[in-house]
Amino acid sequence: MAIGLAHYLVVGAVLFGLGLFTVLTRRNAISILMGVELILNSANINYVAFSHYSTGNVDGQIYAIFVIMLAAAEAAIGLAIVLAIFQIFHTIDVEAAETLKD
Amino acid sequence: MDLSNLESLQFFYPEFVLVGTIVFLIVLDLIVADKRWLAASAFLGCLLSLWATFDLYGSPEGWLFHRMIVLDNFSLFFKVIPLVATLLVIWISFGCREIREIHLGEYYAILLTSSLGMFFMASSSNLLMAYLSLELVSLTSYILTGSLPRNRRSSEAALKYLIYGGVASGTMIYGMSWVFGITGSLDYARISEVLAHAQVNRLSLFIAFVLILAGFGYKVVFVPFHMWSPDVYQGAPTPITAFLSVGSNAAGVAIMIRFFFPAVSRLGDQGNWLFLTGVEWPHFLLFLSMVTMTVGNLCALNQQNVKRLLAYSGIAHAGYILMGLVVLNNEGLKAMLLYIVVYLIMNVGAFLVVVIVANATGREDIEGYRGLAWRGAAIPAVCMAIFLFSLTGLPPLAGFVGKFFLFAAAIREEFYFLAVVAIINSVISLYYYAGIVKTMFMDQPNPADQKVDMSANESALLGVLSSLTVVFGVYWGPLVRYTSESLRFFLK
Repeated sequence: MAIGLAHYLVVGAVLFGLGLFTVLTRRNAISILMGVELILNSANINYVAFSHYSTGNVDGQIYAIFVIMLAAAEAAIGLAIVLAIFQIFHTIDVEAAETLKD
Repeated sequence: MDLSNLESLQFFYPEFVLVGTIVFLIVLDLIVADKRWLAASAFLGCLLSLWATFDLYGSPEGWLFHRMIVLDNFSLFFKVIPLVATLLVIWISFGCREIREIHLGEYYAILLTSSLGMFFMASSSNLLMAYLSLELVSLTSYILTGSLPRNRRSSEAALKYLIYGGVASGTMIYGMSWVFGITGSLDYARISEVLAHAQVNRLSLFIAFVLILAGFGYKVVFVPFHMWSPDVYQGAPTPITAFLSVGSNAAGVAIMIRFFFPAVSRLGDQGNWLFLTGVEWPHFLLFLSMVTMTVGNLCALNQQNVKRLLAYSGIAHAGYILMGLVVLNNEGLKAMLLYIVVYLIMNVGAFLVVVIVANATGREDIEGYRGLAWRGAAIPAVCMAIFLFSLTGLPPLAGFVGKFFLFAAAIREEFYFLAVVAIINSVISLYYYAGIVKTMFMDQPNPADQKVDMSANESALLGVLSSLTVVFGVYWGPLVRYTSESLRFFLK
């Protein structure tokens, strides 16, 4: 069986679903950030696959490189914020941070 | 015109001035001891950039940097809006007590970086550029929100903002990857061409648009992507709340108009936009608009914290602004631009009064406004009443003019139900806005309440904003002319 575009898109969609599931179910802030990374990488797989199989230019691959770079920036800021949360609340359980509510 | 990198630089100097100011601020922070210089140079840099932006009016329209960003009146308008918002926020920050614990060098540098990101959001004509600019604004907003050191609310707000923002932008680029796959291009003009001619799968395109809308929707703050906003608005330092509520909202509207109109729709003969047939986009937006304004107003009804109340009122206003998109013509878009200008003035004004009261009393709850007019703060109380009635949309204030044009655009296209829902919502909003006014004027202050006074620069800004709110309410001609001029897209 030849591996084609559809296979990559399915992997991308599954990864997107798993990322969303992780974000919605996890309570640990670091795990949630990992879920966000999964979502970003599902898009990366789509970009590279579309770029290779259907469009015939490298636009999609360049996009994926930019996404990887921004994911690193976002992780840096995210971890800094999680560190601040840990210093104040002494836990990184997002349910513990509930000063702000209606 | 389609310019290469080097040729583009001659039309790029508002951004250059801003980048130069950011670098200068970081260096200056290391040198000077008196931090007031930082605010002064940030303000001066923004003024120079604003002057450079106005200087670009009248230059030829076209693509810059190999079709990455586009220069037209629309993008210039959305450079003026964040710059004005940044100038006002720098002015407010100058006297704000909350801000004093922050490292001011980083604070102003990041504020200006966020403003720079908003420049690109309005002018990007490529999916990659749209994503990069949106992330530049998001990442800087997370830092600004969490910038109060060792503060529970600020850090918690930053965490919530980060999680919602990360998921929303991730969902958006996943949707964009489908648009890229369907059309084979990241370039807006090329996407528009492919969608106009080739047969594409409407269902997958619709799903891609819904996913992209998650990213835009979290910037414009509409339901169901609004959950972060009350927490973030309450937790962030008040000047930043003001900045996010007007700047980030306006930039979100800009990127959304740029994507859904020039990239996805086609301009018809009579200034109406023809949307792709088969994708029920306007009806979807119609529904979102009504739900957004209703949810925003109903949740605002029993809020005790003024910043949180203004957050929910901001959601409701995002719903009103969306009405302009639903009608799919230039009248609606003009009304949106007009509303953004008016909303900028009145909302920043309201947050300025919040800062003045918090400086004197340290309180942000409505109870802290009890008898404000009789505690030496008659002028801020009167100005707050003007801003709140303008937000409600009562004549003869600027908010009425903004709403009038939006409702008129909806009625002209026979969206009667939408207009009725919007009018009912305006009446609901009168209840909670007037509640604050009643607390300020009718209730007697408690003996324990402190007196409220304000500094000279705060009263100057308050005077300017409240008189603009009144002036635009009776003399809106120049504003309407400016926004109509601003609605010029460069298509090809």
